[in-house]
Amino acid sequence: MGLPPDDVVAAALRAGDETMFAALLDTWSRGMLRLARSYVSTSDSAEEVVQDTWLAVIRGIDGFEGRSSVKTWVYRILVNTAKKRGARESRTVPWSSAFEGDGEPALDGAGPADDRSPLLPGWKDLPAAWSVPEGEILASEIRGRIAAALATLPARQRSVITLRDVEGCSSEEVCAILDISAANQRVLLHRARAAVRKRLEDYFEAMRR
Amino acid sequence: MKRLSCPEVGEHVTAYLDDELADDARRALEEHTRGCADCTRHIAQFRATIAAMRDLPATSLSPVTRDRLLSAFRAARRR
Ligand SMILES: [Zn+2]
Repeated sequence: MGLPPDDVVAAALRAGDETMFAALLDTWSRGMLRLARSYVSTSDSAEEVVQDTWLAVIRGIDGFEGRSSVKTWVYRILVNTAKKRGARESRTVPWSSAFEGDGEPALDGAGPADDRSPLLPGWKDLPAAWSVPEGEILASEIRGRIAAALATLPARQRSVITLRDVEGCSSEEVCAILDISAANQRVLLHRARAAVRKRLEDYFEAMRR
Repeated sequence: MKRLSCPEVGEHVTAYLDDELADDARRALEEHTRGCADCTRHIAQFRATIAAMRDLPATSLSPVTRDRLLSAFRAARRR
């Protein structure tokens, strides 16, 4: 994505360049919403986490020292904000309703914001891997399965797989954002991927019968 | 070369796909997989699952929140 180098971004933010701020908002907020959803129980809650994160960024930009990338800095604020809110929710929200929100795929993306075509390259690979005739495959159905699988993952696994596989971050970025070791990152990622794969396997098995 | 079992291959799929295995471990895994249809399929499924996750639709920030944040930025920077 066309963001300029970090020192340019940080200087622009400090100088009050609203266009730059808007560019960051529009480039990162979707990913931030997804990541926040790893820790909090509803998409409204995730939106508030993202809002609070950006407010903290506005307050804190003068203190940004460039020891990490701007993105890592913003995402770390997000993770801390989301964790705090998640902990507060688990104290105040009854278990039943906390899980209700999670059973439903966290995908409101079918709306106008979703400009993707219904069947994308990634989905086309699935039938081949499972030897399912392609015509039978419903992309939206599979998206639902994947979203449901992600929703049942523990927060640590979910945050890692969201950053790596959904958002396409490097493992170094993920380690820096979540403050975990490379080995830990790999274990969490592997468990998460295995769980999602299993979920799809079950789906395709059921479909064949 | 150490011979791997299917569960051992399964354990290392993520490290393999992330290109994080040492050369001898990678060779052992590939050697096993060449002769094992199950593991070949398993790895293909992992790859397909990973590719499919890149295509999950995203939700945008609501216009109201976006406007609120732009106003907050403007207000903070004016001071
Ligand atoms: Zn095998």
